[in-house]
Amino acid sequence: MTNSSFLRSPEVRDGVGIGLGVGLSGLAFGTASVAAGLSPAQTVFLSAFAFTGASQFALVGVVASGGSLAAGVAGALLLGARNTLYGLRLADTLGWRGGRRALAAHGVIDETAAVTLPRTDQASARRAFTATFAVLCVSWVLTSLVGALATGRVGDVDAFGLDAVGPAVFLALLWPRLREGGGRVRLIALLGAGLAVAATPLLPPGVPVLLAASAALVVLVRPRSGGPSAPESAEEVRA
Amino acid sequence: MSLWIALVATAVGCYLLKFAGMAAPRRLLDDPALQRFATVVPVALLAALIAVQALQGEGRALDWDTARMGGLGAAVVALVLRAPFLAVIVVAAAATAGLRALGL
Repeated sequence: MTNSSFLRSPEVRDGVGIGLGVGLSGLAFGTASVAAGLSPAQTVFLSAFAFTGASQFALVGVVASGGSLAAGVAGALLLGARNTLYGLRLADTLGWRGGRRALAAHGVIDETAAVTLPRTDQASARRAFTATFAVLCVSWVLTSLVGALATGRVGDVDAFGLDAVGPAVFLALLWPRLREGGGRVRLIALLGAGLAVAATPLLPPGVPVLLAASAALVVLVRPRSGGPSAPESAEEVRA
Repeated sequence: MSLWIALVATAVGCYLLKFAGMAAPRRLLDDPALQRFATVVPVALLAALIAVQALQGEGRALDWDTARMGGLGAAVVALVLRAPFLAVIVVAAAATAGLRALGL
């Protein structure tokens, strides 16, 4: 395949579209991160090397409220565990080994999984993954940097409503699970939110969110009592 | 824990989680315990994060910010209308900015 037809393929167009979209969350992450007290260098470090937006938002959220860093890291990693599931599914679809697989692993996130998993043939899946990963790398890191630098210059970033972007990202990730998950999943979401809010005034920031997630683990340990539970599809890749 | 240590730990941990998925045997996906973990924990975690960050004040304090809550309400409307991810984020930020400009 020549270069120009690669650039015009539908996989690449999808990748570019998503990359541009993620740029806005990158801006918001950069501002949130610097507002939380991270330096621009620390902000870009996270975007380049953690490279998974939800975990990054979760961590700087804890730093912003002066919470326990260990709890912040634990929350970020618990959120990052969904990438493990994407990786399990992507491994066969992409069929890469060795160094290529190790490099590709860095790009296993919501967006690349959403673009790649629906592709049926390997060549198309690889193109989709590579294009999305490449575009996201550039746009996510660059917009994080711009957001971080702008925060120092523009006094009041809240005027742009960027503080709503973090929770909106989480909401957009949660929504398909609520829609498809049935009553039990909605109950777990309500309990998680309620528990975290109730615990917020009492515990160091970061800990209430972990507490809510461990409450979910209790539900896991308890054997399921049969009943008409909706088929909880493992299909958590957002459309 | 110094901030840099937390950042490096997060970066290394996030990479290892991704790599573990790429390197692990695929039959793990069929494990019912893993499937339930994959369903339940992200739901509780995301719901808790939304609630805490939406109501975040200074330190441990909770705070009702009408503009921010309005922005999230607008995001819910966008999600109900099945708007794409980007549109949801833009709507949330724009509605929050708009309400703030109106003095809310």
